[in-house]
Order: sequence, then structure tokens, then C-alpha cells
Amino acid sequence: MAKISVTVDGTTYSDEVEPRLLLVQYLRENLGKTGTLIGCDTSNCGACTVLLDGVSIKSCSVLAVQADGHEVTTIEGLAGLNGQLHPVQQAFHEKHALQCGYCTPGMIMRSVSLLKENPHPTEAEIREGLNGNLCRCTGYQNIVAAVQEAAETLADAAATAGVGSAQ
Amino acid sequence: MTTTEATTAAAPEAEIGRSRTRKEDQHLITGHNTFTDGMTLPGMVHLAMVRSPHARATITSIDVEQARKAPGVIGVWTGKDFPEQGGLICVWPITPDMKSPVHLPVPTDTVNHVGEIVAVIAARSKTDAVDATELVTVDYSPLPAVTDLAAARDGSAPVIHEELGSNVNATWVYDSADAGTGGSAKDAIAAARNDPDQIVVERTLRQQRVIPAYMEPRSTVCDPNGANDQITVWSATQIPHVLRTVLTLSQGIPEHELHIIAPDVGGGFGGKLEVTPEEVVTIMVARQLGKPAKYTETRSECMVAAHHGRDQIQHFTMSARKDGTITGFDVDLTANMGAYLALIGPGIPILGAFMYNGIYKIPAYHFSCTNVFTNEVMTDAYRGAGRPEATFGVERMIDELATELGMDPIELRRKNWITHEEFPFTTVSGMTYDTGNYEAATAKALELFGYDELRAEQKKRRDEGATVQLGIGTSTFTEMCGLAPSRVLGSLSYAAGGWEAASIRMLPTGVVEVITGISPHGQGHVTGFSQIVADRLGVPFENVKILHGDTNVSAKGLDTYGSRSLVVGGIAVVKAADKVIAKAKIIAAHLLEASEDDIEVSHGTFTVRGTESSLTIADISFAVFSGHNLPDGCESTLDSEATYDPENFSFPHGTHLVAVDVDTETGKSVIRRYVAVDDIGTVINPLLVDGQVHGGIAQGIAQALYEEALYSEEGQLTSGSFVDYLVPSAVDLPHYTTDRTVTPATSNPLGVKGVGEAGTIASTPAVVNAVLDAVRQFGVTDVQMPMTPARVWQAIHDAKNGGNAGNNDDGHGNSDNSATGGAA
Repeated sequence: MAKISVTVDGTTYSDEVEPRLLLVQYLRENLGKTGTLIGCDTSNCGACTVLLDGVSIKSCSVLAVQADGHEVTTIEGLAGLNGQLHPVQQAFHEKHALQCGYCTPGMIMRSVSLLKENPHPTEAEIREGLNGNLCRCTGYQNIVAAVQEAAETLADAAATAGVGSAQ
Repeated sequence: MTTTEATTAAAPEAEIGRSRTRKEDQHLITGHNTFTDGMTLPGMVHLAMVRSPHARATITSIDVEQARKAPGVIGVWTGKDFPEQGGLICVWPITPDMKSPVHLPVPTDTVNHVGEIVAVIAARSKTDAVDATELVTVDYSPLPAVTDLAAARDGSAPVIHEELGSNVNATWVYDSADAGTGGSAKDAIAAARNDPDQIVVERTLRQQRVIPAYMEPRSTVCDPNGANDQITVWSATQIPHVLRTVLTLSQGIPEHELHIIAPDVGGGFGGKLEVTPEEVVTIMVARQLGKPAKYTETRSECMVAAHHGRDQIQHFTMSARKDGTITGFDVDLTANMGAYLALIGPGIPILGAFMYNGIYKIPAYHFSCTNVFTNEVMTDAYRGAGRPEATFGVERMIDELATELGMDPIELRRKNWITHEEFPFTTVSGMTYDTGNYEAATAKALELFGYDELRAEQKKRRDEGATVQLGIGTSTFTEMCGLAPSRVLGSLSYAAGGWEAASIRMLPTGVVEVITGISPHGQGHVTGFSQIVADRLGVPFENVKILHGDTNVSAKGLDTYGSRSLVVGGIAVVKAADKVIAKAKIIAAHLLEASEDDIEVSHGTFTVRGTESSLTIADISFAVFSGHNLPDGCESTLDSEATYDPENFSFPHGTHLVAVDVDTETGKSVIRRYVAVDDIGTVINPLLVDGQVHGGIAQGIAQALYEEALYSEEGQLTSGSFVDYLVPSAVDLPHYTTDRTVTPATSNPLGVKGVGEAGTIASTPAVVNAVLDAVRQFGVTDVQMPMTPARVWQAIHDAKNGGNAGNNDDGHGNSDNSATGGAA
């Protein structure tokens, strides 16, 4: 067993875990963070995507021990404390970018990371950026539209913040 | 009781037709989902399965002693340790002499496909359970596997289930001459062969096996000591009600002792329209231990053990006059059932029998389907279920005929389709189409697509001999939705009916609970049904709560599949709402001291005609709750129940057009433009409809270009993970241009037709026709689905070298594509 300390959605947890334990299993089974989902066993589907130190990773491809000393954000920690939805969450709702909702936690977390990497993506860049996340319901069109809308919202917010700080 | 002043304000905006965002989303986008695998109950054990690595074998011994001693293990079972297990049942005996093998959840003596369960481990953690599976030793005596459909049909393969004496499950026939719905197709085709003014086109096509690949793997939790002394089962299922009844019929558990809950369910597409060995095993273990048990499959287990879809060899013969008028159509199918019969597996190809005539006036039709057993996993419903296979067949054959006649494929369709003045129209397969307007949908699609410009570009590229050739594909599809009129199902020997139930509870504070027997898993029914009820009862959208997916709450229902939820379930809701209004009207008249005949009802407000004296439905709800002043003998409730059994199917239709760039040097096809104009009747919520169409198109494209469940000759699934089975990602799929024409259905009060399967049914033949349109110029006559770059390249290469241009290359189907003119 290995001792780890991981901050997940703002709370720091210390646990003894088996070295083979996957991060996604740690999140779901040890911490009860069942908002993050498992859709495959070959790292193809991306349902388990979370942020590790702000960057999207597939939590089925990272061991819990590798997260020791790091910060994890899951879909459960994305909205503000007062329940204020993240612009990506809001856009997924408004653009009908989810149906069954199973790919959604991973798809949203990947989209958050994608927009950090590239705040003004083209449609092709969005499709390429979501290549590692599978959705069976939507045919992707509304997911692409949601990411485009979130990009605009985030750009507007950044512009407003920029104006504010300049003043 | 006070009466409210009648307002002169404008009536509230109609909810039906509004693009409401979904009520369902909030918990799904914030991670507060309730998918089954997220559940944990006190003392719960975790299950893992030991599965057969052989496609066909005798089990000679199973040693579980080491596994029993493994850390955390609580119990180990083989088939013999479940004396209570009953065989899983098929509820659709398509013919009186249909052959049906015993299908035990955990077989005791033989296995018949890779992935069958042979032993079960229960442990304190999933990890412990999975670790212990490695310690179970099973000795098998392998037997030769059957994977060739033609050999299974013609008797040259070993018989899988010896007690049945044959690998043929059943043969089901429809002949329009016998049914009185048309002439004899056999005669028509025979006559055409000897008629210089006619042509006969004969093709053998392959509907490959595909995997539903819903994103949530199947999962079941059973608490044998549930509330109300019931056995509570949470399952990732489309069919909680059917599951309960079938568990009773197959396992002998009294129906009222079972409480089934379908919580959040992560997609289904027909793939969760099943009663599975895994569900039965989880319940049996939980009951034997007296403790809650959970089983969640891995994706690889899902690929190998959950049912697949499609998988037919299709032989078509179509005759036509040389002006393009179709004179006869003969369909002969060989359909792969897999090793056993799934819940409705044998009936799936039969659902297509009524759709091979499509939108066309075909005077003579013959359909025959022979179902066969193989050592592969079972087939059953997959989005469209029989109708995609049919639409693929007829839309492909129309293009083949157009090619042989040198006609434009749109023109040939026009020549044969039912015109809008001809509805209602009874087809050669006996269906009565209530409404439709194929001309309008096609005209709109052609305009959006830019058909003439693209044809001009295609010609230019052909003339230039460009490396990347343009192909244009058409699919003018229809489908039968709203499963189903119970009498029709009865005539097809289906065990159950096709009605749907709804009930409405009017709460004292004016809010409304609607209980539906359908079981949504992504479609957005909570939002759509709220809109319908808001309009019907005149209450705010926000004041409607839709309850579903729990047999203790929704006691009666037949669940979600076959594009039935709105067309049947939604109409049941309408009927229930109308009963509420009827009851409320009596009470309103009493409270307003008026005659019932003088009460006008509009948007939930009950007004005495010619006065400003009125009550809202909320006022009446509270009056009923208090019960202080009701008419003599009036029951103190507005609540209602309705069960709706449709009299006919509904028939959505549409025109899908696709432009595909085919790189002749690599064989790669890229969809450049996709236009879908669907006519699904009245639209409740355009946002939801577009979502259904997008996703449907994606799945149909996936069958055309990407997906195939491949078995080796030994019966190993060689596409058994998402590494090997290509579920398309965002980069593999195009932008879709969607639009609609609206020809309301006349068979139901909302005028709705259903939309869940339309995109999937339409898109596959459109895409295949487009790719072939690009490469026919080289002499290619067929490319088997999925039309991978390798297959397209090979077909071009073979054709240019004068080889077999129809590359049915998997040994399952023979290629005998031919067109013969009459005796010239």
C-alpha cells in the first residue's frame, strides 16, 4: 500500500492505496466522486476525463499514486460554490449538447481544458480537440456548438476582466 | 373559494413547438448523475464473471476451490449452483414451428458463444472479485464453431443445438399475392425476364453485424431485502416494466415481489432492450446471500456478451419496365440470430418486412426471411430494428436500378413514389400510410443541397479524371413508428401488446405529477412531455413533474423503443390530461353555479360563457383537495389514468442527400455535405428533434463507413474493444444540415410521427449510395459495409483490373450481382 495525499475539488484527502489503483477508481470507490464515469477499458472513450493540475487527463490512464501531491478537478467541482455553472456547463445545457449524459462529465472537462489550450478554436480544431472523447447520442454537432458558445462567453468574460483591470 | 377575474391578457405562448432546453440536464452536467454503477448499499457484494473463451465447447470440469479461498471472496457459483435458474425467454415466436434452444443464464454443460458466463465470483470489492476470476480453472472440450450464415442455412455446418436438429430457427414469408395486397412477385419477375421491355436487377448485399455501443456499460444492483419486502433491482435498462414481467415468467419470482428501477441510463439504442443473463445472475446471488449485489460489466465484456444488431445476407430481385416503373420485388434474407434467441431477436428482421417497399408503389412483393443460429452472441434490437435493413435494401436497389437504366436516381424515385394526393395509401406489404409528402421533402432537400451544382461539379471531376471523385447519394426513406397496435402485434405472434399508459396527479398547490410508462434514457421525454401537459392543462412548464422508470411509481408501461415514446406514450399523456379537464369542468360548473354546457375551457381556465367569472385548474385542484364544496356524488379527485393503444403505426419520412469526396488513391471517403429534410409530423420541441436526427444520422454513417463486429472462423470476436471497433469521434463525422417539412399524422391527436430512429434508417443507404456513385465509373458494383478505405481502394483496384468488383469478402455472403435484360 502507498500513502497519498490528493486535493480533489478543493478538499485534501490522505489515503493508503494499492499502487495499481487507477485514479478513476480512487475517485469513484474511495472518495464517492461518482460523477466521473467509466465507459471503456482501453482509454478510448474519455468518459473519465478530469483535470489534473488544470490539464485534462483520462483518469483511467493515471494511477492514484501519480496524483499524490497534485490537484484534481472533477465535474463535481467545476461549478462555483454557489452552484454557478461554468460557461462550458451552461453552454452544454443551452445547445442541447447532451442526451443520455454519460459522456458528458468527460466531454465537459475535456472542453474546459481545450478552451484553455486554445481560447478561439475553429470548428475543425474543436473536433480534433475532442477526438479522444466518444459520444453515441449527439452526433457531436451540438457539442461543437456548445464549445463554440463557451469560447465566446469565456472571451467576453476575459475582455470584461481585462477592461476592469486596465481601469 | 374566490373566483378570479378573467384576464384579457394574451394567451400564454404555446409550449408545443418551442425549443425548450432540457429539464434533464442539470444533474447530468454537474456530476450528480444516478447511473447504476454509482450506487453503493450497506453490505453490498461485487460480482465478476468468468466467461467462456470458446465459441462452442463442452464444459468438462470447473475447479473453483482456489477462487473460494482468495482474499475478499464471499462466494463462487457455477451453473450447477443455481438450481433456481430458469432459461431466458424469447417473447416473439414468429412461426408456430420456430425452434428455440434453452438459454440458461449460466450454462451447466456447454457453451455456445465466446463470452458466455460459466462462473460467478462475489467479493467484498470489485478488485477482489476480478482477481479471483483468474483462479477459476475451467476445462473445455472445444467443438467446431459455426460462423457462416449460408452454411448454417443450407445445412452444411454442424448443428449447434442438437435437440433442435437444425441451425434454422424459422422461415417467415409474406407474399402480397397470398395476402391480397398485390400480385405475385415471383410471377412478375419471371415475366420480366422474358419481356424485352423490362429489366431484372438481382443483387446480394450484406448487412454487417454492428454493436450498439451505448456509452454506459450495463450494470445491475439488487437488494433482496428492499422496502415493502420487495426485491429491488436497479438496472441500466430501457425496459423496467418488461424486465419485471419477463423475470417473473422466466425465473418464477412473483411479479409483485419485484421492484425495478431504471435510474439514469446511459444510452440504449435498442441495446438495453433485453433481459440479460447478468441481471438474472445478480438477482440470484443477492437472493442466495441475502445481501445486496452489484455487477457492472467492462466495455470488453459488453462487446462480447451484450446483444449485437443487424447481420443479414440480403438477396434482392427487382423487376421494372425500361421506363423505370417497378413491377416486382423479391426479398430473401438470411438473418443471424447468434447462439440463442434474444428477447425479440427473431422478430427484428420481420419488422423490416413491411418496409422493403419503402415509399414506392410496387405492385408485387415477396418477402422471405430465414433465421439461423451461429456460435456468435445474440442479435436483437439496434436503433431502427429491421427498418434500417429494409431501407438500405430498397434504397440501394433503387440506385442499382437507376444505374442499370441510366436514369437519375431522384427521377427514378419520383416515377415510383406515392404522390401526396394518393394518401391514405395501402402498400403492397399491407401497411396503410396515413399521410406524407415526398415531393415536398425532396424539393426542399434538393434546394438545400444544391443538387444540380454538385452534379455539375461531379461531371467536371470525372471529365478531369481527378484523384478525388465526388459521389452523390440519396435516401428517400420512410419508417413505421409508434410500436405498436396491439392487434397487429398479436397477428405477428408477439407475446405482449403495444399500448402505453399514463396517469396524472393534480396536487393541491396546482402543480402536476405525470406518471408515464415509457422509460427515457437520453431522449428528453421529461422536457417534451412537460410541454405537452403544460399546453393541455394550461399550467406553467415548470409546474409539471414527469415521473418514470420505477415500477412502484409507474405501475404500468411498456417502456421505450421503436420510436414509440411520444407517438404512443405521449398520446396516453394527452388522453389522461383530457380526462383531468373533463373532471375539472364538472366541478368548475358547480363552483361557478353554471351549467356545464356553459363552461368554456381555454389554457387551463374555466370560464362561464359570456361572463368574466372563471376558475383556473389550480383553483379547482385546491377545491378538490379541500373537498368542501363538490357536486353531490362527485369523487374528490381530478387524477386520471389512461391507456392508449394506437390503431395504426405512424410513418415519418424524409429525404437525405449526401455528397462524399472519395480519394481514389487511398480509398478514403469524407462526407462533404449532408442534408436531411425529415417529415416527422408535428414537432413538440425542435431542439430535441434536431438532437435525435443528428445522433441518428451519426449512427447510420457509422454503419456505412466505420463499424463492424467481426468474428473469426473460430468464433472469436476480433473487434472486441473500442480499439478494434471504430465508434466514430467528432473528427470522423460531418456537420449536418437539418430541416423539416410538416405533414401531421392523422392517426393521433397531436399529429406526431416519432423521430428516434429516422436518422439511422435514412443515412446508411444515402452514404453508401454516395460512395458507390463516386466509384461506379471504374466498374465497381458494390463495396461491402463498412466502406473502409481498404475496401474502397480494393474495389477500385479490382474493377480496374477486371476482377470481381463487388467485394463481398468475408465469406459470409456470395456475390452474384447481375442485371439481365429480357430476351432481346
